[in-house]
Amino acid sequence: MNRIYLDNAATTPVAAEVLQKMLPYFSDVYGNASSIYATGREARKALENARATVAAAIGAKPNEIYFTAGGSESDNWAIKGAAYANSGKGKHIITTAIEHHAVLNTCQYLEKKGFAVTYLPVDEFGRVTAEQVQAAITPETILITIMAANNEIGTLEPIEEIGRVARNHKTLFHSDAVQAMGAIPVDVVKWGVDMLSMSAHKIHGPKGAGVLYLKNGVRVDPLIHGGAQERGRRAGTENLAGIVGTAEAVRLATKDLQEKAAKISALRDRLIAGVIKTIPDVRLNGHPTERLPGNANFSVKFIEGEGMLLRLDMAGIAASSGSACTSGSLDPSHVLLAIGLPHEIAHGSLRFSISDKTVQEDIDEVLRVLPGIVNTLRDMSPIMA
Amino acid sequence: MYSDKVMDHFSNPRNVGEIENADGIGMVGNAKCGDIMKMFIKVEKNVITDVKFKTFGCGAAIATSSMSTEMVKGKTIEEAMALTNKAVAEALDGLPTQKIHCSMLAEEAIHAAIEDYKKKQQQGD
Repeated sequence: MNRIYLDNAATTPVAAEVLQKMLPYFSDVYGNASSIYATGREARKALENARATVAAAIGAKPNEIYFTAGGSESDNWAIKGAAYANSGKGKHIITTAIEHHAVLNTCQYLEKKGFAVTYLPVDEFGRVTAEQVQAAITPETILITIMAANNEIGTLEPIEEIGRVARNHKTLFHSDAVQAMGAIPVDVVKWGVDMLSMSAHKIHGPKGAGVLYLKNGVRVDPLIHGGAQERGRRAGTENLAGIVGTAEAVRLATKDLQEKAAKISALRDRLIAGVIKTIPDVRLNGHPTERLPGNANFSVKFIEGEGMLLRLDMAGIAASSGSACTSGSLDPSHVLLAIGLPHEIAHGSLRFSISDKTVQEDIDEVLRVLPGIVNTLRDMSPIMA
Repeated sequence: MYSDKVMDHFSNPRNVGEIENADGIGMVGNAKCGDIMKMFIKVEKNVITDVKFKTFGCGAAIATSSMSTEMVKGKTIEEAMALTNKAVAEALDGLPTQKIHCSMLAEEAIHAAIEDYKKKQQQGD
């Protein structure tokens, strides 16, 4: 069966070019980047080249780039590190209700440790405003952490405006840009962020590899104590193959970004228009225009998400849902509840995430099979009117 | 994550639909939790001669609905009342831990339909 992969917000396959760049660093250039002999020096060189590549892609300086084990570590490090290093100035953190769990659960952990956290509500499209952030700031506020783009509904947040508010109040600003990277231009200077999290596996890089941008002068406590790697701020022998793969993935993802985004958003719009046209009682979740080029998130009324996913899988199509059954809890996605969806509508959510490897035939196949799947499940539904 | 039997009952559910003039109807669960099961039974001489279901819910909810209808069809009221969620799950070659509550709903839906039938019988007397 021809498999169609439309869950690129969950993860992506490693690109062939990325894998090629990584391979020598497993067994040929195996040295420890801290060693002084030839293979160690070669590893060090690759490490610093990777750092420069990532820095250039986001408008940062190479010494502001720190390699981590992924987006979750970057979020944890930024938030806990900034909170602990700055707790003398205050103990208040501002975030939103729709952050990734790597941010939300970290904030909830800090609440148990004596920090106060404001979870800003979002509007029906999933947007938070700079005015809301401004109004939430107190003399105790030490950190604002707001995602650049939401992973479930694809909504883009006004990061640049929030960055201005943060600068005016001299408050640290962190943004989780895991979904934004490679989808929209990311510029740490223009955005006014002090910290920014990235993940490699969302952009055709390897899993278990990520980046934290830490602006020079920003104080954060280390999350991982040990050796002097990463300028003494993140211990552990560098995952060189992963780092080289991350850099190549970042380079490829940010190359010809506008052209790729235009192609991807055209496919997204074809999918959205087709679904809305052929299936009654469907709503698009997220912002109509301010959204990731590759994200289409729907709520299909009267049925539940997992059933759709299983039937799509039987038709060779991989997608995801924010239903309770797929979240592993009894509640549907916190993001869908935060945009005001009733539980029963949130249970029927369906997310397709498109990449530059997606072709029009893939979208047309979804449009061909999805209406039948929805009908079959609705015929079984006791709440179908 | 699902057994072949669960996938079979999910993709080809048995006894989907409604029964007109059903002798008993049971509805359990709610949309807020993401699962609703509605069972319809036809009873003749204390035997369940027909059973149909409609379910809003995940793959396991649909599979357990389907399996439980097969398990009570042709059974006496007493036999059907003895149906347990454990028996439904076992007949499906097991369910993932977080889906056990679906098999409980199936048991509850069958029992609710039987209770409804009994109530109607009493009212008829």
